[in-house]
Amino acid sequence: MSERIVKLIIDGKEVFAKPTDTILKAATDNGIYIPTLCYLEGLTPHGGCRLCVVEVKGNPKLMTSCTTPVSNNMEITTNSPKLVKYRKQIIELLLSERIHTCSVCVANGNCELQELASKFGVDHTSVSRNWERFELDMSHERFVLDHNRCILCTRCIRVCDEIEGVHTLDIKKRGKDSMIIVDLDEPWAASYSCTECGKCSAVCPVGAIYIKGKHLSETKKKELPEFIVRRRSR
Amino acid sequence: MKPEEIQKIAETEHDLRMAYKYRINVCCSSGCLPFGAQKLLKAFEDAVKELGLEKVCKVARTGCVGTCSVAPVVLIDPGNHLYQNVKPEDVKKIVQEHIINGRVLEECVYKNEAYFSKQYRLILRNAGKIDPLRIEDYIAVGGYSALAKALTHMTPEQVIYEISLSGLRGRGGAGFPTGQKWNFVAKSTAKPKYVVANLDEGDPGVFANRTLAEADPHAIVEGMVIAAYAVGAEKGFIYIRSEYPLAIQTLKKAIEQAKSYGLLGNNILGSTLNFDIELRLGAGAFVAGEETAILSSIEGLRATPRPRPPYPAVSGLWGKPTLVNNVETLANVPLIILNGGAWFSKIGTPKCTGTKCFSLTGKVKNPGLIEVPMGITLKEIVYEIGGGVPEGRKFKAVLVGGPSGGCLPENMLSLPIDYESLTQAGAIMGSGGIVVIDDESCIVDTARFFIDFCMDESCGKCVPCRAGIPKVKEILDKIMTGEGKVEDLNVLEDLSYLIRDASLCGLGQTAPNPVLTTLKYFKQEYLTHIVERKCPAGKCVLKKVEVIKE
Amino acid sequence: MTTSTSLDKRLILVDKAITTYGNRKDALLEILHIAHNVYGYLDKKILLHISEKLNIPPSQVYGVATFYNYFKLKKPGSHAITFCLGTACYVKGAEEILSALEKEFNIRRGETSADGKISVFATRCVGACAMAPNVIVDDEMIGKATKEQVLEKVRKLLEGERSET
Repeated sequence: MSERIVKLIIDGKEVFAKPTDTILKAATDNGIYIPTLCYLEGLTPHGGCRLCVVEVKGNPKLMTSCTTPVSNNMEITTNSPKLVKYRKQIIELLLSERIHTCSVCVANGNCELQELASKFGVDHTSVSRNWERFELDMSHERFVLDHNRCILCTRCIRVCDEIEGVHTLDIKKRGKDSMIIVDLDEPWAASYSCTECGKCSAVCPVGAIYIKGKHLSETKKKELPEFIVRRRSR
Repeated sequence: MKPEEIQKIAETEHDLRMAYKYRINVCCSSGCLPFGAQKLLKAFEDAVKELGLEKVCKVARTGCVGTCSVAPVVLIDPGNHLYQNVKPEDVKKIVQEHIINGRVLEECVYKNEAYFSKQYRLILRNAGKIDPLRIEDYIAVGGYSALAKALTHMTPEQVIYEISLSGLRGRGGAGFPTGQKWNFVAKSTAKPKYVVANLDEGDPGVFANRTLAEADPHAIVEGMVIAAYAVGAEKGFIYIRSEYPLAIQTLKKAIEQAKSYGLLGNNILGSTLNFDIELRLGAGAFVAGEETAILSSIEGLRATPRPRPPYPAVSGLWGKPTLVNNVETLANVPLIILNGGAWFSKIGTPKCTGTKCFSLTGKVKNPGLIEVPMGITLKEIVYEIGGGVPEGRKFKAVLVGGPSGGCLPENMLSLPIDYESLTQAGAIMGSGGIVVIDDESCIVDTARFFIDFCMDESCGKCVPCRAGIPKVKEILDKIMTGEGKVEDLNVLEDLSYLIRDASLCGLGQTAPNPVLTTLKYFKQEYLTHIVERKCPAGKCVLKKVEVIKE
Repeated sequence: MTTSTSLDKRLILVDKAITTYGNRKDALLEILHIAHNVYGYLDKKILLHISEKLNIPPSQVYGVATFYNYFKLKKPGSHAITFCLGTACYVKGAEEILSALEKEFNIRRGETSADGKISVFATRCVGACAMAPNVIVDDEMIGKATKEQVLEKVRKLLEGERSET
């Protein structure tokens, strides 16, 4: 039954997908690249970074490919000049929202935001950069939470909730004041629910959550973390 | 209760009403209460008793008449005589003259012919005329007879057919055809289904939904029950702002009464329909009024919107099919069922039927709550109903559609009010806010005010809205302090397009409207700030004199 | 001042509400409302209590409580002065009155004065737009408010407080 196949056109190329697939999956399976940041295979899609937005013919709105299911005869454009421009702007906004100084970041050379910036040729930001500094949480003996580098993709929250099953992390406040919290906004060391599994640091696309004293290239593997692969195969 | 009993109550109540020659309606809604409406009600009751008029004259507590700028108000029927700024000490005189001597005290009466003649009070037909705390009052004016009709004489499909035929569109702002939405939910097979009435009127400067809930709560309840019947739902939620205590109380009471009359609960009016309503309070989040964020909030979560698809009609509350309608939309439903979709479709314009409530505020002579037929022009609203800008000042712009609406100049005033025309002009219907500003207001400052609002209310989930809006505000701040550059206007525009097109939900997608419309219609004023370093309204100059002088 | 017994009473009220809702997770917002009503604000102790009772992770409860503007997480001052900064009030000069008050009493919006006597809040639209600008001092609504009127009112309030103590 699930083998019912949907035919769609992505960037002029005819591709086939399962009806339950998202546009992103259909594209990736067929070798078509769509940039993502908050998306992580195996976790509930968030739809927040907006980098994966695509144009669907007949729909005036841009759709996030990580959340939109395919349908028969869908015609999708993934890289129009408008989309490329918007993606570039989004990367600029992320880089200017908090303090992102690659040279002093543990994720330097191993950062998804940095990678995207160079891929899209972001060589400056047209908006002013924000230099407001947030206090680091270095209380925990193993982990560091640096809000200054956080892009609020919520991967850590989702992995903590959906894979580890504890929901130690969440977001406090809203809008530009949003911030990752541990339990009731406690220092990490005081957390009563954290299992110290370290999955949050493994999925962080930037250097916001990391293991003390280690450069991310040592702690983070490029491929999908094993615990997510395990869950997916279940 | 049986359907026939509704008719019986209506007749008895009608006779009771007719037994009185006069009816003194004292407005006790949020607009009048802070100005002594409660005392006034007591004063009228006392005066009527003292003068021995209890058999001739009924004193009733009612909802809002709409003329909140002259609060407190009292409406005496027959004749629709609206007394304004009534003080307890005037009460005896009014009763003496009006009731006993039959002479209207012209000097105390609200005089503005156009305020009433240009309006078309459909949803607000009972506002100011019935006691919102008595279900019998609502039944007396034909309330719940639409529900009886639907349950006894119509199939759910027929109900949806009439709603579709009426051309009714969502009053929450986007204008999606209501019949179509109902159809989607009806067709979803998953169970249970839910109906959500959206009363999270978060737009600053808008109080139409609150007025409706305070004046005629049963119209909302009845609309919801009919909707539940049509789509096959068994549970409903009314999501209301916690800032509206009186509306909350009124609705609570209405739900209780409807339950005790068997109009909610199991086997409604002897049919197989089971439907219950729960009230849910918001807690100060504008974004919670968004169609999917409201679902998160009802589930007890942070009110962040969800990507669509899946649409709430397929996967809404707890993943079940959910109908989300604005309360104003729902209040139209009983009328359509009673009079037929064809009747309704003749009101307003062919593509945009019915009426719309607007909160008319700002620099106009007669602010208040109005209900007008779709297709009326902005000019008629601002100048005829609103009486124009107070003497000595000059009209500058009108802000239509709340914080994410558009700022339209004088030459756009002939614009008819309908979803398409407004959107084309860069504004939106929104939830119906019309704010007039005069030459004392600075356009850049106005745009900044709205952007500031949207920045505070952004949920933070998506990047364009969370990170983009603060940057827009920063640039506007720069312009207002005389540090702006002409190139900034391009950045401003670019950012606005990004936020409009790439944001997740309606809040972000419409947030740049005030900036885009002011850039379109009032670019010169931006340039005056940047190039001449002057604020034509004199507003910004005050803030940073030193910067502007140099 | 709060004694331990009155504290217990308040907790009983909250627990009763939780039971009424059958410890349903989706009632979180309703429970927070009730707790906020009886305590006047939400401190971490009560948030943790609610988290345990409803079986919702503490971080999620905290995330919800801080998302909505209505909930205060710090003890407010004994008098609350709330400014409506909705569009109509803004256009009619509410910002000017608020700035004047901030200046005179050396307090910022959203904060409580050092002596704990007054808290100043800015809210978005109380829905009385036709009477703009609106200022709410404790429970009294001042419509068509003027700067002088509001400042005078607050001065009197503070004087009254002084003479009482």
